[in-house]
Amino acid sequence: MAIKHLEEYRDPQIAQKIIKRIKAASLKQIRLMEVCGTHTMSIFKSGIRQLLPETISLLSGPGCPVCVTAQNEIDAFIALSRVEDVIITTFGDLIKVPGTDSSLQTERAGGRDIRIVYSTFDALEIAKKNPKKNVVFLGVGFETTAPTIAASILAAKEMNLGNYFVISTHKLVPPALVALMATREVNIDGFLLPGHVSVVIGTKAYQPFFKQYQSPCAIAGFEPLDILQAILILVEQIETGAPQLTNSYRRAVTFEGNVKAQKIMQDVFETVDVKWRGIGTIPESGLKIRKEFAAFDAQKEFAIIVSESKEPKGCVCGEILTGIKNPTECPLYQKACTPMNPVGPCMVSSEGTCAAYYRYYSI
Amino acid sequence: MCLAIPSKIIKIKDNMATIDVDGVQREASLLLLENPKVGDYVIVHAGFAINKINEEHALESLKLLREAAAVIFGDQKEGIDSD
Ligand code: SF4
Repeated sequence: MAIKHLEEYRDPQIAQKIIKRIKAASLKQIRLMEVCGTHTMSIFKSGIRQLLPETISLLSGPGCPVCVTAQNEIDAFIALSRVEDVIITTFGDLIKVPGTDSSLQTERAGGRDIRIVYSTFDALEIAKKNPKKNVVFLGVGFETTAPTIAASILAAKEMNLGNYFVISTHKLVPPALVALMATREVNIDGFLLPGHVSVVIGTKAYQPFFKQYQSPCAIAGFEPLDILQAILILVEQIETGAPQLTNSYRRAVTFEGNVKAQKIMQDVFETVDVKWRGIGTIPESGLKIRKEFAAFDAQKEFAIIVSESKEPKGCVCGEILTGIKNPTECPLYQKACTPMNPVGPCMVSSEGTCAAYYRYYSI
Repeated sequence: MCLAIPSKIIKIKDNMATIDVDGVQREASLLLLENPKVGDYVIVHAGFAINKINEEHALESLKLLREAAAVIFGDQKEGIDSD
């Protein structure tokens, strides 16, 4: 049986026709940014890049959580893993990211207890089973992940778990869009907005950005037809000079978003200025744990101080995350830097642009 | 990190759901969802259901997609789903 809500969005005949429409509509040279790493993967996997007319360049944006995590944050994770009696729990992507002088993978090989989990509930389980250890979850991600981590903190409180901690390096998408538009070298004609971040924050969260910059925006789902439809919408808006904030993923995204998830996130976190790899510090673009939940805040509990962090030499991840360069313009790409031996996070993460190029676009 | 495939809730117990993703069963927390019901299609992220698929909009989107595809053959209906 066909999987519901899926096969329909992969119909190659409809895709062909939408591509024809895109070709007919697209006259000027334009640069569209897909903000989300999952879109990047889907675009490569489905071969959409090769099917689009030459007038359209697709750039991958800062929506790969591991990739935008700043080097000092990676170094803090590594430092935490060295604290006695700490068990680090994390999503898999982070393990291989090189810090200034180590990586979590190297630390694990050296005997540190670092475990990959599928969700924060697994981390809570580990904390329950290891009452003598301190379990730290590495909170990396955007508005999609942040509520799941907030929920774990609420659950830990309810269970009276005194040995569960989170280090929050969460980042928010709308402030990053503002920062991108404000960067001089960045030059984007329209945005394909992330599907699942938008599920949580809703179309309304982009309104201030849209009002300020009047840049064409389309929220898109992850199937090939979702993406093509959003591209068509953007092309038409650009060609007619009538930008809009469009939700073209209405089966999953509402205007208000997931209000319950937003509330849980706001109960536990407050916004803070944070540094993004490649972009620098963006005001109010991060989430830190509120005072009321300080007992679960790894930053407070372990007072980790990271001395000078250095980004990997020669790696241009930062410029890739802002659409200024593409991976083939990095001298290390495919030479010193491969998925087996990544130099920067954009080659590590399955959602990273360098990894996507390597996998689907090898030259 | 996004599991973009819609999954069907087949069982609910204490805020945890058993979901079916293309024949494979997994667990997902329902803590972030308002009024989940057995039979709902949900999107799951990092072990949590983060929303339900709106059936009505799903059907409407498909219709619009087909219309968008039809425009090229002279059917001039605008096929764009915008807010
Ligand atoms: S190819 Fe490697 S070194 Fe170059 S930008 Fe990408 S991750 Fe960094």
